[in-house]
Amino acid sequence: MPYKKFCLVCSGKQCESGKSEEIYKELKKLTMESSICQNVQIVRTGCFGLCSKGPIVKILPDETFYVNVDVKDAKAIINDHIIAGQPVERLMLKHDNPAKESRFYQKQIRIALRNCGIINPEDITEYIARDGYAALSMALFEMKPMDIIEELKKSGLRGRGGAGFPTWMKWKFTHDIKDQADEIFIICNADEGDPGAYMDRSILEGDPQSVLEAMALAGYACGSSMGYIYIRAEYPLAIERLYKAMDQAREYGLLGKNILGSGFDFDIEIRLGAGAFVCGEETALIASIEGERGMPRPRPPFPAVKGLWGKPTVINNVETYANIPKIILRGGDWFGQIGTEKSKGTKVFALTGKINNSGLVEVPMGTTLREIIYDIGGGIPNGKAFKAAQTGGPSGGVITAEHLDTPIDYETLGALGSMMGSGGMIVMDEDDCIVDVTKFYLDFSVDESCGKCAPCRIGTRKMHNILRKITMGKGTMDHIQQLRALAVPMQKASLCGLGQAAPNPILSTLKYFEDEYLAHIRDHRCPAGVCKALVTYTINPDICIGCTVCSRKCPNNCITGERKKPHVIDQDNCIKCGICHEGCKFGAVQIA
Amino acid sequence: MEMNPREELKKLREKKRLELHERKGNENIIEILIGMGSSGIASGAKNVLQALNETLEERGISNAIIRKTGSLGLDHAEPTLEIRMNGMPDIIYGKVTPDVTRRIVDRHILGRELVCGHVFDKPAQDVVKEPKHAL
Ligand SMILES: Cc1cc2nc3c(=O)[nH]c(=O)nc-3n(C[C@H](O)[C@H](O)[C@H](O)COP(=O)(O)O)c2cc1C
Ligand code: SF4
Ligand code: SF4
Ligand code: FES
Repeated sequence: MPYKKFCLVCSGKQCESGKSEEIYKELKKLTMESSICQNVQIVRTGCFGLCSKGPIVKILPDETFYVNVDVKDAKAIINDHIIAGQPVERLMLKHDNPAKESRFYQKQIRIALRNCGIINPEDITEYIARDGYAALSMALFEMKPMDIIEELKKSGLRGRGGAGFPTWMKWKFTHDIKDQADEIFIICNADEGDPGAYMDRSILEGDPQSVLEAMALAGYACGSSMGYIYIRAEYPLAIERLYKAMDQAREYGLLGKNILGSGFDFDIEIRLGAGAFVCGEETALIASIEGERGMPRPRPPFPAVKGLWGKPTVINNVETYANIPKIILRGGDWFGQIGTEKSKGTKVFALTGKINNSGLVEVPMGTTLREIIYDIGGGIPNGKAFKAAQTGGPSGGVITAEHLDTPIDYETLGALGSMMGSGGMIVMDEDDCIVDVTKFYLDFSVDESCGKCAPCRIGTRKMHNILRKITMGKGTMDHIQQLRALAVPMQKASLCGLGQAAPNPILSTLKYFEDEYLAHIRDHRCPAGVCKALVTYTINPDICIGCTVCSRKCPNNCITGERKKPHVIDQDNCIKCGICHEGCKFGAVQIA
Repeated sequence: MEMNPREELKKLREKKRLELHERKGNENIIEILIGMGSSGIASGAKNVLQALNETLEERGISNAIIRKTGSLGLDHAEPTLEIRMNGMPDIIYGKVTPDVTRRIVDRHILGRELVCGHVFDKPAQDVVKEPKHAL
């Protein structure tokens, strides 16, 4: 006999520490004792994401969501809800706004990711079934190019590639000069070089048709018949699916000549990039498509006026495009209702680092960091404390615990000295060293600087050198001055965004974590225990039971001690590899 | 007279939408969605797919449709399988291995009970229930 009801008990880490296992056992016991045991199944599940309100129990199929459940509540859940059909009011998640109730803890709205994980990306008919190409069909027959741009203007959509420039304005520039140009190009920027970001790849892998449709819409609005997708060769699956998607779209008459019999022609080609970060910059990207080395050139002229092969060119990011068919179909006003005053719609974040539920989340602009990290991301693993979130990759900075409740949008992030960037969000806990993380971003900038202009080429290397010295315990107070002094000329004099933004991680972390820099410089101490040169490993004699594991594992043979007696580390010979620390099962090897 | 391509697109949409919708209403059809984005594949979705095909065949289940999709956003729980069938709530399974796949076929599909420890919730309701709007 199949079960009629399911009682899901969260067995994620946080809920488990709140006794969810006992709740599970209690529920199981109570059902076994009663006649309903054939009707209800008690199940352990993964984390629901609302760990702050755990332990959590959810009843299916009615989707009742219980929070802060205690072992003694098990009886009420079984007797009142399962047997008598009366949900236990006092345990249900309360929401101030009843309209939001239906979405419970689910704070995401999926617009750019609307089809990801739902449709088969290799079958165009599944895209069509979910309103795919309805926007293009409507636009070609019922709208003038200016109507499309007008809808985009109403929507308030801004570029998701980083800078947040209003999309309608770019399209309008090109639209307005299209009669003076013999050719116009549409480019999709799928370079995605930000460390930690992978939303563009996921969209192309999960819903490639949405980007093709949006590019065709751009072509119609701006008077172009040719588009290029610039994508890095490291994304083979996305490339393969794009090729398949383009073939199918041509077969269905949605790409190519005379689309849907409207007389409008538009086709797309793919250009592979070798994966240099600077090639994501629009003028470098254009040079790369032209077959030149991918180096930025001064702007203006902007690509909208003088782009690919000197022709007006619209260049947008993958996520930007993915939003557009939906905006045209449902109207700009609908999109404009979502988000904040100046940042409309949603943003996809790639949540990684020290977070329970890593993955892609799409939230309305203005969602707070706390909601993203604790309600959706399920909080920090192993009960550690949140330290900061790095956003905007090498162009961005950190948001700290004191800003957890700031609504996130382009403006607020900028005001905090960080950046939206493409939406990578790397969560750090107390075990992460801020100076070390900053050094990682500078390292990246040094490697990726194209070298065309001196402030960036030399500045990034100087800054990186200083950070390296600080992490090695060779920092001086002057170094902090020097870092600040280098930043301003780099921001002002670098040719492209890479050099202009390279000091951002430093300025941002200096602003919020200056004491951590000072600890490295003055006290020769790395508070997080990350910078090897500043760390000492010692064995706590009160904890050490003399199991000899550490002395056997130490590659430098510098741990001595008798069996069953506390061991000691010879500090002069210790190479700080940390093997003893990892190896000790009793936590006797301590970092200072 | 040739049909207008725009009409054809509309017809195709209606037909396909009904097909996708009817699958669940149809007593007999079992829909299995498997996340095959980069993160899914990297965490072993190909092995899961193979195990799924084999187990369905071994058990003689011929009314199941397997649909490959991109990433659902649940990267920490990949590989993922979503099972939609009559008489059971739609469930996403995460951290699925070939072994778990066989248990899902035997217990969820054949036995109509959930497989403990691998149930993960959907990231957002909107993913499934899209608001209605005029075409
Ligand atoms: C160094 C550098 C790297 C960039 N990398 C990317 C990238 O990988 N993807 C992207 O869409 N935009 C990137 N941009 C931003 C682009 O120059 C451009 O602003 C964007 O593609 C415009 O699209 P949007 O208006 O839709 O955001 C980068 C900019 C700079 C300065
Ligand atoms: S700022 Fe850096 S990356 Fe940009 S053009 Fe100058 S050297 Fe090249
Ligand atoms: S840190 Fe490495 S070298 Fe130093 S005592 Fe431990 S195991 Fe030996
Ligand atoms: S651990 Fe239970 S909701 Fe996260």
